[in-house]
Amino acid sequence: MGYDKPSRRFILKASAAAGGGLLLGLHLPSLARAGAETDAAGEFMPNAFVRIDTRGGITLISPHAEVGQGIYTSSAMLIGEELEVGLNQIQIEAAPPDLKKYLDPLLGDQATGGSVSTRADWVRLREAAAVARTMLIAAAAKKWNVDPATCRAERGVIHDATGRTLGYGDVAADAAQLPVPASVKLKDPSQFKLIGTDAKRVDTPSKVNGSAIYGIDIMRPNMRFGTVAITPVKGGKLIGMDEAAARRVLGVRDVIRTDAGDAVAVIGDHMWAAKKGLEALNPKWDPGENGDVTLETIVAAMDKASQNKGVVAKNKGDAATAVKGAATQVSALYQSPFLSHSPMEPLNCTLHVQPDRAEIWLGTQVPVRAQKAVAAFTGLPQDKVTVYNQLMGGAFGRRLDIDSVEVAAAIAKHVPYPVKLVWTREEDLRHDYYRPYYYDHVAAGLDADGKVVGRTHRVTGSSIYARWAPGAFKNGLDIDAIECAAETPYEIPAEYVDYVRDEPRAMNTSWWRGVGPTHNLFVVESFIDELAYAAKQDPVEFRRGMLKNNPRALAVLNLAAEKSGWGSPLPRGTGRGVELQFAFGSYLCTVLEVSVGPSGEINLHRAVVAIDCGMTVNPDTVEAQIQGGLILGLSTAMYNEITLTGGAIDQSNFHDYRAMRINEAPKIEVYQIRNSESPGGIGETGTAAAAPALGNALFAATGQRLRHPPFARRLVSGT
Amino acid sequence: MKVLSINGQLHQVDVPDDMPLLWVLRDVLGMTGTKFGCGIAQCGACTVHLAGEPVRSCLLPVGAIDGRPVTTIEAISQTANGRKIQEAWLDKEVVQCGYCQSGQIMSATALLNQNPHPTDADIDAAMSGNICRCGTYVRIRAAIHAAASA
Repeated sequence: MGYDKPSRRFILKASAAAGGGLLLGLHLPSLARAGAETDAAGEFMPNAFVRIDTRGGITLISPHAEVGQGIYTSSAMLIGEELEVGLNQIQIEAAPPDLKKYLDPLLGDQATGGSVSTRADWVRLREAAAVARTMLIAAAAKKWNVDPATCRAERGVIHDATGRTLGYGDVAADAAQLPVPASVKLKDPSQFKLIGTDAKRVDTPSKVNGSAIYGIDIMRPNMRFGTVAITPVKGGKLIGMDEAAARRVLGVRDVIRTDAGDAVAVIGDHMWAAKKGLEALNPKWDPGENGDVTLETIVAAMDKASQNKGVVAKNKGDAATAVKGAATQVSALYQSPFLSHSPMEPLNCTLHVQPDRAEIWLGTQVPVRAQKAVAAFTGLPQDKVTVYNQLMGGAFGRRLDIDSVEVAAAIAKHVPYPVKLVWTREEDLRHDYYRPYYYDHVAAGLDADGKVVGRTHRVTGSSIYARWAPGAFKNGLDIDAIECAAETPYEIPAEYVDYVRDEPRAMNTSWWRGVGPTHNLFVVESFIDELAYAAKQDPVEFRRGMLKNNPRALAVLNLAAEKSGWGSPLPRGTGRGVELQFAFGSYLCTVLEVSVGPSGEINLHRAVVAIDCGMTVNPDTVEAQIQGGLILGLSTAMYNEITLTGGAIDQSNFHDYRAMRINEAPKIEVYQIRNSESPGGIGETGTAAAAPALGNALFAATGQRLRHPPFARRLVSGT
Repeated sequence: MKVLSINGQLHQVDVPDDMPLLWVLRDVLGMTGTKFGCGIAQCGACTVHLAGEPVRSCLLPVGAIDGRPVTTIEAISQTANGRKIQEAWLDKEVVQCGYCQSGQIMSATALLNQNPHPTDADIDAAMSGNICRCGTYVRIRAAIHAAASA
C-alpha cells in the first residue's frame, strides 16, 4: 500500500474523561484523504489513546487492530515506555470506529494494514504517553508545592525528592484540569527500558487457554446462528430454493433472502441446524453475464491488455534503447496467480438490528467501513451503529473489506433477534476478494562485462486502489501495483516501468499480505537472478555490484550471505536462492536452501534472513513475523492458485487450497541489524521474500526457471 | 436428551445424533475455545480429546461418543502435560493470531501423553494435521521440545 508522509504537527489537549480521570487526546490536522468524515481543512479534532482512571488503571485505546501481528503489545510498549509503567499495568481496548480520533495518518483511513502500524504510532503514541506523564507529575508537584523537576515517575507512582509518593490515580482528576504542555521531550533511545526488549505479548495468555474471544466466539442473549450461501458467480441471482425442506430441518427458524437476491441465509438454534437447513434449501442460481468466465479467458484478456502502453511509473534514461543496443538481451513473462487469504477464522459477523439502532460484533481491519456498511444496509444513521471490534483469527488483508458485513446486514435487518452469521470454509474461500492476477513483461540488457545497462517492466493487472481508495488512484497509476518494481535497491542507468490496468471479469480483488511487493519482488528478484546467470556471475556478487551507494541494502545482503554459508558446496539436487528487498521501509535479504526429490517434491531445508528495520520495538515480534510471513509466502508460492470455471471459483477448502504443514516448514534463522534509523514495517516482509527466494533456489537446484507460481505443480508437470 | 461428559462435568443436551461435537460445544454449551476452521477434518482447529485421544470434533457426531469423556482446551491446564505445553507455548511466544492454537495445544498435549520425548519426526507425524496460517511451526516445534524436557 502507498501512504502519505506522517504529519509531525501534533497538538495535544486534555479533557476530563467520564469518571473524572484524565483522558488524553492528540489532535491531528485533518487529512484530506479521509474525505467526508473530516471537518473543514485546518480544524483540529480530538484523537484519544490513553485513559487513566482515578484508581490508577491505565488503558490504551489501540488505534490498530490485533490480527496476530502483535500490535497490541508493541503499542502498549510505546505507551508504557513514556508513562513509566510495565506492560502488566496496561489494559487494552480496541478503538471504536472514529476517523477523527483513530485515523491512521499513513493510510488515510482507520485501517490496519500495509505494515504501517508501528510507523504510524511510533511518535504519536509515545508523545501521548509523555504528555500524560508530564501532566501527572505536574499535578503531584502542585499538590506537594514542589518543583516538578524534582519529581519522577516509576511504575505508575510519582516520587518527590523527600520520598513522598502519589499514584497516577490519585492525581488523574487534578491532571485533567491542568494546561497541556506545548511540547514534551521524548526519551532518548539510550534510556529505553521497554522498547527494544523481547517483551512478552499481552494477548497470548488468553489464546492458550481458550478464553480469548474472536469475532466468531461472540454470544448474545437470545442469539440465533446462521450460515449463508452467496451467488457462486459474481453478479448472479437466486432463482430457486426449497424453503419448505429447509424449514423441516430440526432447529431451523428462518430462511432469509437478501433484497438484492445475491445471498440467502438459513438461521437456526445452532450452526448445525443452519448448515443442514442450507443443504436442504438447495439454492439455485442464475449465473448472469459472468457464467462463461474461466481463468483462461481472464488471462487472455490480460495478455491482450499488456500489449498496450501503460501509465508511466518510472522513466530514467532511455531504457528501451539501452536494452535494444545491449550486448546481451534478456526478456521474460512472469505471471502471479489469484490468491485467497483463507485465514483460520472463517468470515463471520454478529448483528443485532433494532428499529432505532444496530450493534455489530466482528473482527475487522476497517471498523469505520463496517459501521458505514451496516448504516447503508439498514438505513440507520451511522452514529446509531455500534461496532465492537474483536480479536481476529488471521486476516492477511481479508478483513480490509466489508463485503461480508454487507451480506450480514442485508440478512440481519430482516430479523428482530441478534444473529451470528458464520461462513463455511467453502463459502469463505469461494467469495474471497482475491489477490489480483498479475502479468509482467520484463526485459533488460547487459553490456559485454555483464553489467545491467537498462531494464523495462510492464505490470498488468487489477487496481485495488481504484476500488478501495479511489482518491489514491491518480492519473491511472496504481502505486501499489508498481511498488518494488518502479523503485529497487539497485543502481541501473536506464529504467522504464509502466502499468496497465486490466480488471478481471467475475473477480473481486483486494489486498493480500505483502500487497504490491509480494508480486513485484517475485518478478524483479527472479529476473535479477536470471540476469546474474546470463552474465555468468554469482547472484550475490551480481547484486553487490549494483549496491555501491546503498549501504543498508548491501549490509543485509552481506549478512545473509555470510550466515547462510553462501557459496559453500551443496549436494547434487540442492540449491540456494537469494532475494533482496527494500519494502515497507525495511531492508531484508533471504537465502533459502531447498532440494527437489525424485518425484518433484520440494523440500525446504533452511532459510536465513537478515533484516534492518531500523529502531525495533519488540525484536521477538520482528523475528516471529518474519518466520510466519515467510512460511505463509512459501506455502503460497509452492501450492496456491485460484482458478475459475463457468465464472465460479474451483477451489473450496484446505484439501484443494493447500496450506503448508509443520513437516514441510524449513528451519528459519533471523538476524537483526540494530541501529537508530526510523522504524520500518515488518508484518509483510517475510511473505514478500518467499516466492523469489524459492524460485531462485529451485533454479539453482534443478536448472528450471519458474516464472509462474505455484511451483510445486509446475515443477512436476514441467509447464 | 443426551448426557455428555466434558471436562469432568456432565451436561444434558437436546441435540440430534448427527450433530458434530464442535457445534454442541460452541453453540449449545457456549464453550468457544474449540474452533471451527474447515468442517472437514483438514485443519485441526477443532481438536479435542476423546477418552484421551485427539479427535477432530467437527466430524465427530455426538451420537457416536457413547459416554466417553471429552476434554477441551478450557480444561487442558488441569493435566500435567497440558499445563507444560501451555507454559512452553507462552515461554517460546508461539502464538500469533492464536485461532489455531487451541487445536495445536490439544494435539501437542496428546503427543506428550503418548510419547514423553518426541523426536522431530514424531512431532511431524503428530502435528501435521494442524494448520497454522500465521506460520508458527518453527516455534511450535521448539515449544514441544521445551515442554518435553520441562
